[in-house]
Amino acid sequence: MLSNAIGGPNKSVDSMEKPAKKRSQWGDIRRRFIRNRLGMIGLIIIVILVTFILLAPMITPYNYATQDHSSVLVYPNSKHIMGTDDFGRDIFTRLLYGGRISLVVSLVSVVFSNIIGIALGSIAGYFGGRVDLSVTRILDILMAIPSLILAVAISSALGSGTFNTILAISVSGIPHCMRMTRSTILSVKTSDFVEAARATGSKNMRIILKHILPNSLSPVLVNATLLIGSNIMAISGLSFIGLGVQPPTPEWGSILAAGRGYIRDFWPFIVFPSLCIMLTVFGFNLFGDGLRDALDPRLKD
Amino acid sequence: MLKYITKRVLWMIPVLLGVITLVFTITYFSPGDPVMIILGTNNYSPENYATKAAQMGLDKGYWEQLGTYILNLATKADLGRSYMTSIPISLELSDRIPVTMRLSLMGILLMMCVGLPCGILSALKQYSPIDIGLTTLSLILAATPNFLLALLCALFFGVVLRWLPITGLSTWKHWILPVFCSAGGGIAVFTRMTRTAMLDVVRQDYIRTARAKGLKENVVIRKHALKNCMMPLTTVIGAFIATIFSGSIIVETIFNIPGMGLYLMSGITGRDYPIINGTIFIISLLVCTVNLCVDIAYMFIDPRVKAQFLTPKKKADLVNKLVQAEREAQ
Repeated sequence: MLSNAIGGPNKSVDSMEKPAKKRSQWGDIRRRFIRNRLGMIGLIIIVILVTFILLAPMITPYNYATQDHSSVLVYPNSKHIMGTDDFGRDIFTRLLYGGRISLVVSLVSVVFSNIIGIALGSIAGYFGGRVDLSVTRILDILMAIPSLILAVAISSALGSGTFNTILAISVSGIPHCMRMTRSTILSVKTSDFVEAARATGSKNMRIILKHILPNSLSPVLVNATLLIGSNIMAISGLSFIGLGVQPPTPEWGSILAAGRGYIRDFWPFIVFPSLCIMLTVFGFNLFGDGLRDALDPRLKD
Repeated sequence: MLKYITKRVLWMIPVLLGVITLVFTITYFSPGDPVMIILGTNNYSPENYATKAAQMGLDKGYWEQLGTYILNLATKADLGRSYMTSIPISLELSDRIPVTMRLSLMGILLMMCVGLPCGILSALKQYSPIDIGLTTLSLILAATPNFLLALLCALFFGVVLRWLPITGLSTWKHWILPVFCSAGGGIAVFTRMTRTAMLDVVRQDYIRTARAKGLKENVVIRKHALKNCMMPLTTVIGAFIATIFSGSIIVETIFNIPGMGLYLMSGITGRDYPIINGTIFIISLLVCTVNLCVDIAYMFIDPRVKAQFLTPKKKADLVNKLVQAEREAQ
């Protein structure tokens, strides 16, 4: 179904017929994406956010951990544009550095769950039969536990901390990635070009890596993008309930958890971290949706 | 059909056994000695430790403990006792399951009551200001984690406006915020799914035919379009159940509701492993049951799925009947 989208057998035919006018598949996708207004808004949000987070030391003169007891819970002013928290730390600085943790943890766990999910999913989908049966049975067990609850159980067992959070979030993301890959591969497997590759004597490994996976890329890619957003929500949720990343390491959820006690008296402590989380997830969701529309030519209208 | 349902119900047993084993293994190998947790540092002495361990069966090996746990669960529906309070988990859960169930079901009801009309409206008036407004709202709502939604709602309605209470569950007013917060993300997803499904269906030929026949728009939407959207929407409802149960941990903690989520949280903060095991088992049981119900619901919604479960003879009869009816019509 996606053979026309990326790679696929048509590519070589196209390039043979009209070698002068080279219109690559990725170029088409890029053009489609740029035309998608919401997707571009998402991309712009992400780019601005990442720039801010990467350039954090240049943007803010403060350190995220330095406490200043002379200015505790200061409302936003020219010195502290988002005010200070209960230890006199600059909230803007903490949010910038916290964004590093949130984004890195989220990205790394997306990569982990996708590597394992894609490997298991493609093995199950490609070989079918008994292999598929045993993999899907394990999947059934993992799917019976809601993913956040699985993450909570794992991180409560491992203890809190950045690395353990990555582990908990990655494991809870595996079942979904695996199911996604498996179902995509099941539909790609029967394509003619796979048959052709097998007829020319390609080994299983080569067929999976060179022919099937590239053609199942688009749903997996979209899923991964959307997973970044939902992982950020899950990570901040874990930190919020006291698992996950621990203070003094700044993380958006743990900053919010600290601000929860000041909900009645000091609004900047709640509002700014909330905006950060919402804006980031919003950006990644828009980007993912835009990517899906750009990668899936069937939706072209 | 009955055969299929039986098969599915039986398949739940190994799945749940797997869940128990998995969660038991996770908590068993967690750092921290349960016997020390029960005793506390003050009551510790080697003799005390040995008697307590023997009494709770904690001196046995992993396999024996797991075996006993499953055996007790299967034969006596016994999920063990809490380390802290020594109240049986099953007793405590039987009070808490209805609370969480009611919260979740009301959340799903709210999700459908708000999401369905919004999605239909959005699809019928595609690209109008209403559609853009609703889509933006649902995108923002989808980007709001439920703890954030709960916090902001508590801040706005509870603290600033003082309209609604924010802790406990004594009156109907107490239910409003928790139900809305657990349904929040679901409303967004449901609105978008309804919109997509409706847009898909509205372009079909049979809708054009229905309109050409002069049917009222209301009937076209209700009888022709909506019926064909039911499949994807049922899937969303089924998937949302798991989300709403996970969300109950956070929503119940924030609004201080005595449900399963708060109980699980208390188990996690107190390292009270039987609570964690028992609660996750019950949640998985509920998730499996709901998934089964969704699969059965497919059969009633979609005649194509139903047809798979007819016996060959019945199928042949049905085909004959259809053929005959067609002949008579000619």
